[in-house]
Amino acid sequence: MLNDYNEVLQKLCHHLEQLVGPGVEITPQTDLINELAIDSVKLLNLIMEIEDEFDISVPINALADVQTVHELASLIHRIKAQEQ
Amino acid sequence: MSLLDKLDAVAAARKALLPEGVEVFGTPIEEVYSSTEARIGDHRILFLGTNNYLGLTFAQECRDAAQEAIHSEGTGTTGSRMANGSYRGHRALEREFAEFYQCRSCIVFTTGYQANLATISGLAGPGDIVLIDGDSHASIYDGCRLSGAEIIRFKHNDPADLEKRLRRLGERSRSTLIIAEGIYSMLGDRAPLADIVKVKDAYNSTLLLDEAHSLGVLGETGQGLVEETGLLDRVDFITGTFSKSLGGIGGYCVSNHPQLDQLRYVSRPYIFTASPTPATIASTRAALRLLREGVELRRQLWKNVHQLYSQLKELDYRLGPEPSPVIATILETPQQALALWKGLLENGIYVNLVLPPATPEGNSLVRCSVSAVHTSEQMNHVGKTFARLRETVFQ
Repeated sequence: MLNDYNEVLQKLCHHLEQLVGPGVEITPQTDLINELAIDSVKLLNLIMEIEDEFDISVPINALADVQTVHELASLIHRIKAQEQ
Repeated sequence: MSLLDKLDAVAAARKALLPEGVEVFGTPIEEVYSSTEARIGDHRILFLGTNNYLGLTFAQECRDAAQEAIHSEGTGTTGSRMANGSYRGHRALEREFAEFYQCRSCIVFTTGYQANLATISGLAGPGDIVLIDGDSHASIYDGCRLSGAEIIRFKHNDPADLEKRLRRLGERSRSTLIIAEGIYSMLGDRAPLADIVKVKDAYNSTLLLDEAHSLGVLGETGQGLVEETGLLDRVDFITGTFSKSLGGIGGYCVSNHPQLDQLRYVSRPYIFTASPTPATIASTRAALRLLREGVELRRQLWKNVHQLYSQLKELDYRLGPEPSPVIATILETPQQALALWKGLLENGIYVNLVLPPATPEGNSLVRCSVSAVHTSEQMNHVGKTFARLRETVFQ
């Protein structure tokens, strides 16, 4: 069943909270690199977790355009929709 | 952030991590005495991180061949093979590599890095997919980027995860290039080649295996993981380097696919760079002969590997998952890794310090590479030094 965007966003935020720890506010506009200090290695590991969660493959190339939580959630949502 | 500010940020991060006066990266080597010994500052040191697995950098046959080539053909080719031609040595080495792997053809490249860049970017293009192991070497990532293909990672050494990703691709799996490595450069573990081959066959994909760290190390004649597993004819393309077991610089790709030869006309890292020098080609040809006949060298190499791996294991260092000429100690923090690296150097042992992001899972590594020509006295000294440093590192 196609996950809607809000469901994707909610699950993504849950993964991010586990990654950066408690006490950090995460919104759709949060910048992954500058605000959450997620470097390239952490981002690739996060992507592996997300891929398992949503049963998708995220091409590394597509991450070049991703800076915010919203952009990553949109990308996941789009790939999930394409693969269904 | 301005153009140059980015580099200032790198300098600041480096300063925060590494103490002043310690040249961890690019440590100055003043003199090289042999395949295993050199001088850093005023101290004679043991090389234990050079990837000189068979110790051939000082082999008399290789040095003589290189000198003779310089005398007869000069110091360089000064251009690419496309423009300046293929010397007799280039063509001979390609024939010899093809024959070594019992393959239809071979292309020789100027570096091992370029071998991956050229092969991957020549084989895959926009609209294709490259499925790469998550712990792949930077040259594989960079080759994929240059190709313009869609890049997808599978979990390190996990054929089930690879299968899952191929299944998701559907028909596109037929235009997918899977890439794995014979021995992974950071932790020294082998690819589960038999399972990877089964998966790639099931989905009609193409497999490239990088034998950079396994050439000369695995298999009766040193072909690498393909020989050890008996899967030579099931792998589509094999790449590798001259800069490790062969003691030179350069790289190769061998294959039975006739299309390999077309890479010479489409692959930018092959076309737009100067070809290997006569000396490099000549020493590599001599080294390849020694490598093929090097059964005794491999026996000695693996004896040293098992000795050091078991010593470090007994000392309760956390190591890569299996004994291999790459023996990595995995540390919890960069500070622990730096303390171990410094302690080893102060005791005359020079190894690699590898810090995130160049490491799997963000670990810090002190990476040793064992050579066939390390003596038992040298290996004993290494074991004793690791034992002595353990308390200091983990205090």
